[in-house]
Amino acid sequence: MPRRETVALGIAAVGLAVVLPVCNALPAGSPLAVSNFTLNLFGKFLTYAILALGLDLLWGYAGVLSLGHGVFFGLGAYAMGMHLMLEIGAKSVYQSALPDFMVWNQVKALPLFWRPFHSVPFTLAAIVLVPALFGLAFGYLAFRSRIRGVYFAIITQALALSAWLVFNRNEMKLGGTNGLADFKTIFGYPLNQPGTQRALYVVTALTLVAAYALCRWITLTRAGKVLVAIRDSETRVLFSGYSPAAYKLFVFVVSAALAGVAGALYAPQVGIITPAKIGVLPSIEMVVWVAAGGRGTLYGAVIGAFGVNWIQSWLTTSYPDLWLLFLGGLFMGAVLFFPDGIVGALGRLAARARRLTGGPTDRARLDAALLSPAAPGPARPPGSEP
Amino acid sequence: MRPRFLVLLSLVAWLAAPAAGHATPAAAPPPDIARALAALAGEDADKREAAVAVLGRTRDPKWLRFLAALREGSVYSRTRGGKTEIVVGGSKSTRGDQDVIEIAAAYDRAPLGAVPLAALKEVPADRRLRLAVKPFLDADETRAQLADPDPAVRRGAAVKLGNQAEAGAVAMVEEALFKEPDRWARHALAEALALIRLAHGAPDVRVGAARALGELHSASAVPALQRLAADAAASPAEREAAVLAIRRIERWGLLTAAVETGFQGASLASILLLMALGLAIVFGLMGVINMAHGELMALGAYATFVVQNWFRAAWPAWFDAYFLVALPVSFLVAGAVGLGLERGVIRFLYGRPLETLLLTWGASLIIQQGLRLWFGAANVDVSAPAWLSGGVPVMAGLTLPYNRVFIIALAAVSVAATYWLLFRTSAGLRIRAVTQNRAMSACLGVRAGVVDATTFAFGAGLAGLAGCALTQIGNVGPSLGQNYIVDSFMVVVTGGVGKLAGTILAAAGLGGLTKGIEPALGAVFGKVAILVGVILFLQRRPAGLFAARGRNAEA
Repeated sequence: MPRRETVALGIAAVGLAVVLPVCNALPAGSPLAVSNFTLNLFGKFLTYAILALGLDLLWGYAGVLSLGHGVFFGLGAYAMGMHLMLEIGAKSVYQSALPDFMVWNQVKALPLFWRPFHSVPFTLAAIVLVPALFGLAFGYLAFRSRIRGVYFAIITQALALSAWLVFNRNEMKLGGTNGLADFKTIFGYPLNQPGTQRALYVVTALTLVAAYALCRWITLTRAGKVLVAIRDSETRVLFSGYSPAAYKLFVFVVSAALAGVAGALYAPQVGIITPAKIGVLPSIEMVVWVAAGGRGTLYGAVIGAFGVNWIQSWLTTSYPDLWLLFLGGLFMGAVLFFPDGIVGALGRLAARARRLTGGPTDRARLDAALLSPAAPGPARPPGSEP
Repeated sequence: MRPRFLVLLSLVAWLAAPAAGHATPAAAPPPDIARALAALAGEDADKREAAVAVLGRTRDPKWLRFLAALREGSVYSRTRGGKTEIVVGGSKSTRGDQDVIEIAAAYDRAPLGAVPLAALKEVPADRRLRLAVKPFLDADETRAQLADPDPAVRRGAAVKLGNQAEAGAVAMVEEALFKEPDRWARHALAEALALIRLAHGAPDVRVGAARALGELHSASAVPALQRLAADAAASPAEREAAVLAIRRIERWGLLTAAVETGFQGASLASILLLMALGLAIVFGLMGVINMAHGELMALGAYATFVVQNWFRAAWPAWFDAYFLVALPVSFLVAGAVGLGLERGVIRFLYGRPLETLLLTWGASLIIQQGLRLWFGAANVDVSAPAWLSGGVPVMAGLTLPYNRVFIIALAAVSVAATYWLLFRTSAGLRIRAVTQNRAMSACLGVRAGVVDATTFAFGAGLAGLAGCALTQIGNVGPSLGQNYIVDSFMVVVTGGVGKLAGTILAAAGLGGLTKGIEPALGAVFGKVAILVGVILFLQRRPAGLFAARGRNAEA
C-alpha cells in the first residue's frame, strides 16, 4: 500500500473507531459530545461503506456491474437477524420460544433451517458463507457462459427482483413483508444500551478498516492487475491465456461476502431488516454510492457511501418529495459530469490549481485521473464493452 | 329434448302467461290481496312476510313497484272509517306548523292528496321484510334483463336463473328462449332451462336434462349432476345420464382450460412484446440500455388518462372514441420525451452501455417522481371504452375479453409496422446501415445523429403505445413502469440483440411459459423459476436466441 494512503487510512481509522465512540461516551452536555443517534447513523453508513468497497472492487476494478448486491446484503442481514430473533427466546410478546411472526402465521415448530442459528459460531460463519456460496453459484453460472456487461447487470437486477419477491412471501418463514425486527440482545448484551451500540459501532469501524485493507491488498496483487486488464479488454486477457471467468468469479464472491458482512452489522444497529432493503431500487442505489464517490479508487466508494446516505437522511426528513429527484439527478450527473466521481473531480481540480499556481504538476496523478476507467473517452461503436 | 318440441312448449307457455299474470284488481282488490295488505299493517312478522309473498307472486308490475316502495320504507297505513288503508307516501313538505306528505293509492298510485304526517303510521321495513321482498324484485329485474337489447345482459340474466334453478322460472326461460336470436344467449337459456329441469323435473325429464347439460358442456351444472349421480333415491337411468354428462363436461373443461391457458399466454406474450419491442430496437440497434423505458410507458398511460379526461369534459357524447385518440397521443408524448432524452443526454454516451444504463435509471427516477408530484401518488382511474369491455364467447365456458384481444392485435400491428419501417423504408435502411457500421454510414452521407434520434424516439413511442394499452388491463400509477421493466429486459436478453425475431420468439416463449407454470407454482415462484430458466438457457446460448455473428459480435 502506498505510504500516503496508509497514513490516511490510519488517521481515518483512529477518527472513526476511537475518536467518535469516545466523544459519544462523553456526558451529553460537553461541547464535543456525539449523540447516540448520530453514532448510530454513522454506524449505518459504515456498514454501507463496507458494501460499497466490495462493489467498487467488482465494478471499479473488474468492470462487472452488479445490480443485485442488495440480495447479498440481505442474506447477511437475515442470517444475523435470525440469530437475534432466536436470542429473544421466550421474552417475546407471545412468550413463545418461536419468533413472534411465526406465532401469527401459526407455525408450530421452528423450521429446520432456523435451528442452526441458535449457535453463535454457525451464525458468524453463515454471515460470510451464505452470501459467498450464493454468489459463487450465481457467478459460476453467469461468468461460465460469459454473460457480461449489460447482460450481467440485467440478470442481477432480475435476481434482485426475484429475491425481493421471494423474501416477501410468508411461506419462506422469514417474516414476509415485515421482515425480522424487535431484536432484544446480541450475544447476550442488551441492544438498547448505549454501551452495546458503541461496541457494535467500533466493531463496524474496525471491519471497514479491515475490509479496506483486504480490498487494497487484492488490487495490489497480480490478480488485481488482471482484474483491471479484464475491465479494459476482456477479450485480450482471454487471448493472453488467463481465464477471466475465474478472476471475475473470485472478486464477485469476495464482494458478495463483504456485502453479507455489511448486512450482518446493519441488522443489529438499525434493529430491523425487511425485504425492502434487498429489492431493485436499493440494489441500484448501492451502485450510485460508488459512482458518485468515484469508482476504481476504493476510498471513493467509502466517501460516496457516506456522502449519498448523509444527503439521503437529510433530504428524506426535510424534503421527502425531492429525494428521488435528487437521486435521479445524481445518477445522471455522476455519469455525465463526474464520470470519476467526487474523488476524481476534486483530483482534477487540485491538479489544475497546481498548474495555475505554477507548482510542480504531479504528472503521474494527472495521468491516472485521465486514464481512470470512467474518464469520458471518444465514442466507441455501439455494442462494444466499456 | 328436441328443439321443435321445446319451441312448441314455449309457445304454449307464452300464450298462457298473460292469462295467469294479469288478474287485475279493480277498485276493490281481490280478497287475498286485501288480507295481505291488512296483515302488512299488523304486527305479526310471520304474517307480514306471508303478505309480501302473496303480493310478489302476482308478478304484477304495479304490486312489484309497491314492494319496492315498501322496501324503501315509504309505505304507510292509515285508518279511515274504521278500516285500515295502505298508501304509498311521496314528497314531504311543511305546511304551517305541521309536516304533510303526498300520498297515493297502493296499487295504481292514484293521488290521494296531501295529509298530515301525524295521521299516518309507517309500515316498518325491517330486515326480515326487506329480505322477503328481495327475491321478487330480483326476479322482476331478471325478467327485465331477459328483454334487454344487449345480448351480454340477457346472457347474464339466463346464467343467474340457471344458478337459482327455481321451478317457477321455467315459463319465463322458455318464453325468452323462444324469442332469443343470439346464439350464446340461447346457449345460456337452454342451460338454465336444463338446470331447472334437473332440479325439479320428473325422473325422465331429469334424464333428458342431464343429457342436454352434457351436450351444452355446462360447467356450472357439475355440482348438481354430481349430487344426482350420488343420489341413492334416483333411478339408475338418471344416475347413468348424470355420470355420462359429467364425463362429457369434464372432457370439454380440459379443452377450454387448454385454450384459455393458450390465450392467456398469448395475451401476456403480446404485452411483453409491446414493451420489449421498443427496448429491443433501442438496445439492439443502438446499444443503449434504456432503463427509463418503463417510465416512458407510464407517460403513455398518463397521456391516455389526460385524453380521457378531456373527452369526458369536452365531448362526453364521443367518450368511447377517446381511446382511438389516446393511442397516437401516447405514442407522440412518449416519443417526444424520448427524443428529448436522446438529444439531451444519451447521445453523449453511445458505446458505453453501462453508463447509459445508470443515466437512464436516473432519468426514470426523475420522470417517476415528476409523475407522482404532478398526478399524485395514488393510482388514477382510466375507464375502458364500451367497445373494449365485455368479451367474445368462443366456446361454451370460455369468453375472451375484448381488451386482451385488442392488445394481441395491437402487438401484431406494432410488430408489422416495425418490420415495415426497418425493412421497407429508406429510413429503415439508414437505421440498419448505422447499426452495422456507424463510421462508414457517416462517410456515405447518412446523418448518424438524426438516425439515432429518430430511432430512439420511435422506440420510446412504442413504449408509450404499450403504456396506453396497459391502461386497459392494469392499474395506472407512477410506478407502473417498475412493475414491467425487469420482465421486458428478460425478453430482450433471452431474445438476443439485433434481431427482432429473437424478441418476438422470446416474448412468446416467456409469456407462454409463465402462464403454463403459474397454476403449478404460483405467480412469485413462477417468476423465480423463469429467471432460473433464463439463466440456464443462457448457459447454452450466452447471447440469446439470435446472437450477432461475425466481427461485430465480440467488439
